[in-house]
Amino acid sequence: MALLPVFRTIITHFFKPKTLNPSLSPLFHEPAAKNLSFLSKPKTLSKPHSSLNSKATLLLNGQDQRFMGLNGNDDKLISTTIAAIVTSVGGPPSSVGIVRLSGPSAVEIAARVFKPMRKKKKKGFCVWKPTSHVVDYGVVLDHQGNVVDEVLAVPMLAPRSYTREDVVELQCHGTEVCLRRVLRACIEAGARLAEPGEFTLRAFLNGRLDLSQAENVEKLISSKSTAAADAALAGIQGGFASMVKSLRTQCIELLTEIEARLDFDDEMPPLDLNLIMEKIHSMSEDVENALKTANYDKLLQSGLQIAIVGRPNVGKSSLLNAWSKSERAIVTEIAGTTRDIVEASITVGSIPVILLDTAGIRETDDVVEKIGVERSEAVALGADVIVMTVSALDGWTPEDTGLLDRIVSKKKSAGSSTPMILVVNKIDCSPSLCSEWVDRGGDSFSKHVFTCAITGQGIQDLEMAISEIVGLNKIPAGGLKWTVNQRQCEQLVRMKEALARLRSSIEEQMPLDFWTIDLRDAALALGQISGENISEEILSNIFGKFCIGK
Amino acid sequence: MLKKYCYLQKRVLNTSRGPAVRALRAQTDKREYAMEMKKIVESTPNLSIREAMVIDILLGKNDNVEGVCTFFGMNFYAPSVVLTTGTFMSGKIWVGRTSMPAGRAGESASEGLTENLQCLGFDTDRLKTGTPARVDIRTVDFTGLEPQPGDKEVHWFSFDPDVQIEREQMCCYLTRTTKITHQLIKENLHETPTYGGWVEAKGPRYCPSIEDKIVRFQDKESHQIFLEPEGRSVPELYVQGFSTGLPERLQLPLLRTLPGLENCSMLRPAYAVEYDFLPAYQCSRSLMTKKIDGLFFSGQINGTTGYEEAAAQGIISGINAARHSDGKPLIVLERESSYIGTLIDDLVTKDLREPYRMLTSRSEHRLLLRSDNADSRLTPLGREIGLIDDRRWKLYEDKQTRILEEKKRLKTVRISGGDLAADITCVSGQPVRDSSTLESLLKKPHVQYEVFDKHGFGNEQLSRAEKECVEIDVKYEGFIKRQQIQLQQMAHQQHRPLPEDLDYHAMITLSLEAREKLSKVRPQTIGQASRVGGVSPADITALLIIIEASRRKAQEQRRHEMLTSVMTETDHESSVPSPKTVTL
Repeated sequence: MALLPVFRTIITHFFKPKTLNPSLSPLFHEPAAKNLSFLSKPKTLSKPHSSLNSKATLLLNGQDQRFMGLNGNDDKLISTTIAAIVTSVGGPPSSVGIVRLSGPSAVEIAARVFKPMRKKKKKGFCVWKPTSHVVDYGVVLDHQGNVVDEVLAVPMLAPRSYTREDVVELQCHGTEVCLRRVLRACIEAGARLAEPGEFTLRAFLNGRLDLSQAENVEKLISSKSTAAADAALAGIQGGFASMVKSLRTQCIELLTEIEARLDFDDEMPPLDLNLIMEKIHSMSEDVENALKTANYDKLLQSGLQIAIVGRPNVGKSSLLNAWSKSERAIVTEIAGTTRDIVEASITVGSIPVILLDTAGIRETDDVVEKIGVERSEAVALGADVIVMTVSALDGWTPEDTGLLDRIVSKKKSAGSSTPMILVVNKIDCSPSLCSEWVDRGGDSFSKHVFTCAITGQGIQDLEMAISEIVGLNKIPAGGLKWTVNQRQCEQLVRMKEALARLRSSIEEQMPLDFWTIDLRDAALALGQISGENISEEILSNIFGKFCIGK
Repeated sequence: MLKKYCYLQKRVLNTSRGPAVRALRAQTDKREYAMEMKKIVESTPNLSIREAMVIDILLGKNDNVEGVCTFFGMNFYAPSVVLTTGTFMSGKIWVGRTSMPAGRAGESASEGLTENLQCLGFDTDRLKTGTPARVDIRTVDFTGLEPQPGDKEVHWFSFDPDVQIEREQMCCYLTRTTKITHQLIKENLHETPTYGGWVEAKGPRYCPSIEDKIVRFQDKESHQIFLEPEGRSVPELYVQGFSTGLPERLQLPLLRTLPGLENCSMLRPAYAVEYDFLPAYQCSRSLMTKKIDGLFFSGQINGTTGYEEAAAQGIISGINAARHSDGKPLIVLERESSYIGTLIDDLVTKDLREPYRMLTSRSEHRLLLRSDNADSRLTPLGREIGLIDDRRWKLYEDKQTRILEEKKRLKTVRISGGDLAADITCVSGQPVRDSSTLESLLKKPHVQYEVFDKHGFGNEQLSRAEKECVEIDVKYEGFIKRQQIQLQQMAHQQHRPLPEDLDYHAMITLSLEAREKLSKVRPQTIGQASRVGGVSPADITALLIIIEASRRKAQEQRRHEMLTSVMTETDHESSVPSPKTVTL
């Protein structure tokens, strides 16, 4: 157990191509010819019992014979399959990005998400049966069967791969969103998120990299490990670390309560079930909140796109100008002035936002305007939030209804759930009461906002509405001191799941001992974030807290 | 083993807490046990007995053991020696402020061995434990006390039906401390060794003295005290939970504050015992000392307390002492294979500050280490090393077949409606779908195998214990699988062995503390190294890398030598193995 954090540490130091000694980094990525002699060497490390001193000792590690059948595929369990985005993310999107899977079930997992598209077959997908080093074209599906991306799958079967394990690389479109969704699909299909540089570690442990490289790695690690690990925990993520610490303390307190009753049942007061459920609930909430910041983290990096749509001449461009405090879009009295997409950058609650002003959507014969309308619809569907603008002066018109229906049906066919906000503009000219608008559009809209683009009235309300929809309002004012990275996020998800299982164990009235299994799992997940062990701690707690013993 | 014959009372503890923590406890007739054990030892063929006080170890030329030397100057020679010193090594017992050298009340201590072991370079330290007063059972009034009878249906330690002989059980009783007890103790705290400050050795936290309990948990008004008979033919009654360091003159009045004991007479006072032990990092997991080949330590000498702990080490050190004499490889039980493995792993890696007692919470994967599957975990290993004879092996195999067949049957037999379904709905509060397998019914909450028996769906060929095995395997399958997966993922890395000759001090990439601790403990696997206190994950990483690097260096060198030899002996080329077959 203590070893997982180990790999995290090893690799935090391994996998920093930019900070690496330049002479070292190429060695990590392609085998130099002189290493080839190692390729023929057997994988000694995958056999834990090929020990150095096994001559002297006979290791007896009994497996429960009654469950032998269950472990038929021993190797699969022993070494997990890992996945990660191996091309750079965070920068401007590149045209192609790669998600790599490595491990004994790499092919199996890839086959679960990747469906080859072969012209020969009339329709639909067939199960992927790869030939090593032969590229296949196809799509990646998520667990609901929705197409996530179009990809090329490159299988490299053991031992002819970077890690000497089965490797499948999925070449996706290069945007972060695509890559993350493909990665998520792989993880949902059974892969584990790779620790940074774990591919390299496996390559090393499986004998793919040679001695000189190993020695270089050793130097690298020795100089930095303690300091860097400490800094990572104490400095950069002070807030997060303290939350993890408090969650962990709570887990261990609960474990103490329960385990004390396992060993010293007759001397303990009865367990307060309500209190325990309450604690579990509050822990789940903490985890949820922490996970939310993972979202915030992503928003900070990639920002939001907001599309402003509506009929011609309702004041979309004025809204964009007022919102961005600029004269970015040309505003005239003539309906259909905006023909192409106009962009403006603003920030909402410290999140970068790109506003997209679109051509007014209407039936038109004008060729240029027609293209503009098509683009408007495409932009609307691609945005994170759609702001539909109507004019208070004209009231809700049949054209508005038609437009809404079109957007809603397009959204439905694309399977998107982009939130929509209704903006009632030109309220300064409105003859009617505001409240009448609220029922318009049924439940298509998450929010209704009243604005006057000319005076800037209501823009703040609009920002509030957006904050609320994307969950920014749940971030405390002043921003967060910490964010959750993807690995921490994975551990938090693991903890969340463990707590959910724990709750169901309690509800199903499983015996007490079973509660500890998931609680330990939760504590371990946290331990992987902070790198600590638990057994001794629980025992000391038991002795310190309760009057037990005969 | 003998607990099977001599039990006074047996109870399965924790029955409702889950199958992994169910624990069979037997109270044993101490006189009968001693007699039976003596009989067995005396009638075992090829076993000769000599009684004497050992004071020194005889060493051979290669730091190997050659025998022992006794107080009266006799030398006994043997290829393997097991030291089981109990609480006798420089033992000293305390009652109040008064002490005398003794290993146990009425039995003299063993002097001289500690010093001689120290001369051989062993580290020694001191521990403390205690035992409560014994009371004459005939002077106790049980009428107002809560009886604690044994289980009606007796469970067994052994899986061998030939030794499962039922006998009449004796009853234990429960009493409690009173306000007067607490008051008396508080008034006389200065008379106890711990609070008076004249004994510093560490006692066990799980076995606190009554004064400790009262001082540390002031808000608890009363503590449970168990009254347990010590034998069928002896009048001694063990006052469980009432050990104390108070002087003898206060002990009788203190006992008489307990309900039921108002007129009791005390046979023997409570006392504390201090003794020498050898921190077990000096042993490898085979329980052979690292310093001296053929010398084994077992039991309280390794810092444990309790009969089970002693028995667990006894079987391993006994097996290994015999194997060592035969020149066979020693056996080691991995931590996750059994509680024995967990116990020994803890002993040889962890810093002990108190006598070590086995607790279920010490095992990370206890759902896999249940008493019901002890045989399927360990009997095959016993067979492998020649401890299980053909009769026992056949018993074992037949049982496993029956269990397997029954599990298959439960998967295939389906029911729709009927009394069984109604009963199950009633017990579990969940509806039963048509053509449900028996397996799926058994997985429902609160459903037990007995329901099948009741409605004629049970399998009569199975014993009660076997039905229990089936029930547990089926009912908790999901949890068991999950733990198994967790375990295997962990074991993969943890079982990687560490070379014995590692020079940790030379590993400048390890933290100073890790270098010191690892040199002292000298773990045998990566997993053990990671459990040594003061060794951080980063240290383990550095260690892994150093080992891998040196392994490769050695390999490269061998390959080089091999190639050179190929070149010089070209005529033998065909018979020389190719470099890739040269492994460790």
